[in-house]
Amino acid sequence: MKSLQDDRVGTGSSQRPGSPNKGAGTARVKARPADRIFRFLSTGSAGLIMVILAGVALFLIIKAGPAIVANWSTTTDLSGGTTHGFSSFWAYVGPLIWGTLFSALIALVLGAPVAIGIALFISHYAPRRLAGVLGYLVDLLAAVPSVVFGLWGIFVIRPFLIPFQDWLNQYLGWIPLFSGPVSRTGSTMLAGGVVLAVMILPIITSISREIFLQTPRLHEEAALALGSTKWEMVKLAVFPYARSGIVSATLLGLGRALGETMAIALIMSPSLVFSVQMITDTRNSQTIAANIALNFPESNDLQRDGLIATGLALFVISFGVNFIARLVIARTGGPRRAKKSARLTPASDATSLLTADAAESPVSIRSEQAARDAEAGDERTELAAEQNEDR
Amino acid sequence: MSATAIPNSRRPRGPVPNALTSAQLPRFVELYTLLAALAVSAAVLAMIGFNIVGWLVLTAVIYLVGLGILSSVVENRRKATDRVIRGVVTIAFLLALIPLVSTLVTVIAGGAPALTWDFITKTGGSVFNPQTLKVTVVQGAWQAIVGTLIVTGIAAVISIPIGILAAIYLVEYAQPTQWMARTVTFLVDVMTGIPSIVAGLFAFSLFTLIVGPKAFSGFSASVALSVLMIPIVIRSTEEMLKLVSNDLREASFALGVTKFSTIVRIVLPTAIAGIITGVMLAISRVIGETAPIFIAASFTDNFNANPFSGAMQTLPVMAYSGYKFPSQDIAASYQSAWGAALLLVILVVILNLIARIVARVFAPKGLR
Repeated sequence: MKSLQDDRVGTGSSQRPGSPNKGAGTARVKARPADRIFRFLSTGSAGLIMVILAGVALFLIIKAGPAIVANWSTTTDLSGGTTHGFSSFWAYVGPLIWGTLFSALIALVLGAPVAIGIALFISHYAPRRLAGVLGYLVDLLAAVPSVVFGLWGIFVIRPFLIPFQDWLNQYLGWIPLFSGPVSRTGSTMLAGGVVLAVMILPIITSISREIFLQTPRLHEEAALALGSTKWEMVKLAVFPYARSGIVSATLLGLGRALGETMAIALIMSPSLVFSVQMITDTRNSQTIAANIALNFPESNDLQRDGLIATGLALFVISFGVNFIARLVIARTGGPRRAKKSARLTPASDATSLLTADAAESPVSIRSEQAARDAEAGDERTELAAEQNEDR
Repeated sequence: MSATAIPNSRRPRGPVPNALTSAQLPRFVELYTLLAALAVSAAVLAMIGFNIVGWLVLTAVIYLVGLGILSSVVENRRKATDRVIRGVVTIAFLLALIPLVSTLVTVIAGGAPALTWDFITKTGGSVFNPQTLKVTVVQGAWQAIVGTLIVTGIAAVISIPIGILAAIYLVEYAQPTQWMARTVTFLVDVMTGIPSIVAGLFAFSLFTLIVGPKAFSGFSASVALSVLMIPIVIRSTEEMLKLVSNDLREASFALGVTKFSTIVRIVLPTAIAGIITGVMLAISRVIGETAPIFIAASFTDNFNANPFSGAMQTLPVMAYSGYKFPSQDIAASYQSAWGAALLLVILVVILNLIARIVARVFAPKGLR
């Protein structure tokens, strides 16, 4: 007992480095070097993250440099093969950037509404007991390797879309997107976009689902108590709360679609042009990632540098998209901060929450709720209170 | 009925009719409508020409329109909207199941014929016979299986300690307001969004600059995968450490236990199930990455178990190159591509199962 007390005193004072009370406890002598080493290791690992990311940017820039500054029409290494006919790096990367953005946009337009619908189904419509299993099923989509999706796209989606593309061209061919000549193989931008949409479904779904589930229960119950139908409740309580979350989830999905390689590389028959046509064989805008994957093995050194330079462009674009997504989350107090406040209340147990409320005075509940929401970066409760008074 | 509904929607403040007595559709109306829609669309398509996709699409459309009209006639417009939206959301979910089921069926159907004992245990490739001047393709994935395990194993060995230690720093040591903690959190978010092919290009550039040209190696691919894996490990570990109750830490400190011992003896054991699950899922995520391995380790038909020199074959790259750069016997190449894809899916499923089991086994009693 005596020695234990000594230990406590010793470690207690060891919190202050350089304290005069040296060697008072046995535990301290043993623990302190390990403590310091461990602290150093974990801080070092965190620092390593910065080093790695800086290294990624640095090595890409070093490697890409020669190709960016070179004159592409006169340099012999660059004037032939896959890089033939481009005056400079910018002329080469321009169509690629366009193709990357365009394919990601198609994927987003096709995938995001479905993904948000799925998230809503799992969080608010599915039977409670099944919700977990159904969510797991959608998450399984994320576990399927991208090359498997690519092969699936080739053998299933391509032939499946051919009649649909004919139909699109026949009736909507006057829109530039669907102008012909229609592909007979199905290796089109549209097929690539559909597979990309499937691949970004799970990421958008899982983030939106988390945020939908974090909607304050009292908001939902208030809406229902006012007699709204389920959809009106979702419109009134869930969507306003989750708006920023949906935006950032969509942007993260966009980031994933921008960098996805295999679906496009395997499915689409590419060409380096600015084109909005989606259903042709010859005028599909190639994406950066697929272009790298296709040309990398057969390129010479300088051409590889050129490909790395396009990779650098992709890095910058997806960095920008992710940056904006994180900014949206940070500014509106997104999921991570909200999660902390959600843990304060037993969200799954509605009855105990209600009885707990009933035990307290209404005023304190409201102010407490407002304080809690303000902590979560959410001023809606206060706003709602003001609006109520106005009425 | 609709005559009473329309003024109601115009005057929300007016007297509300008793919901119990106002018109409602029968309880299982959605089921009835679905059956009717199935029957009607089948009948319509039977006249034009039946195909299953058209049948399902037409059923969905008829179901939504029919239910909407029915509900707006019998009930009111608000309830009709509600029912239609419920239908739309459910259809969205079913739509997501189609690619999942279709992918799995396709991979199993395509890969099962290729998946023999010889395929798993033999090194594949083209064999040139000088007598007959013919190239025969031996189907085999042994070199790719070994390569995948080596590359992913090294990536895991690099990423897991760094990821877990960095997460410990973020949760246990750093103050949330500190510049370094904020920067690291932000950079981890950014790293999560790095396109996988960029990670491959990074590893290629790094090793080309250090080792020299043609520096394809398994280790280089491992570095590329680590760049992708570290942020996933950090994220999941961080979440798990945050779930550990602060009371446990404070109780430990109050007993005079040092911070190191508290973390290693109290915090980590409490969170270990979640951490291992997260790590397993991270491995299963990177094991299927094709582009970075393809760039950093290239592809080959030769057996190469040395991660530090020479190109290395892996399962995802085998699936990709088998289709995109087939050998002379195209059918055989396609078949081995499918076989590799199926093996990869099996590996991912096994890793996911291990993650589930580990979560059960290691969960501390009373917490989960």
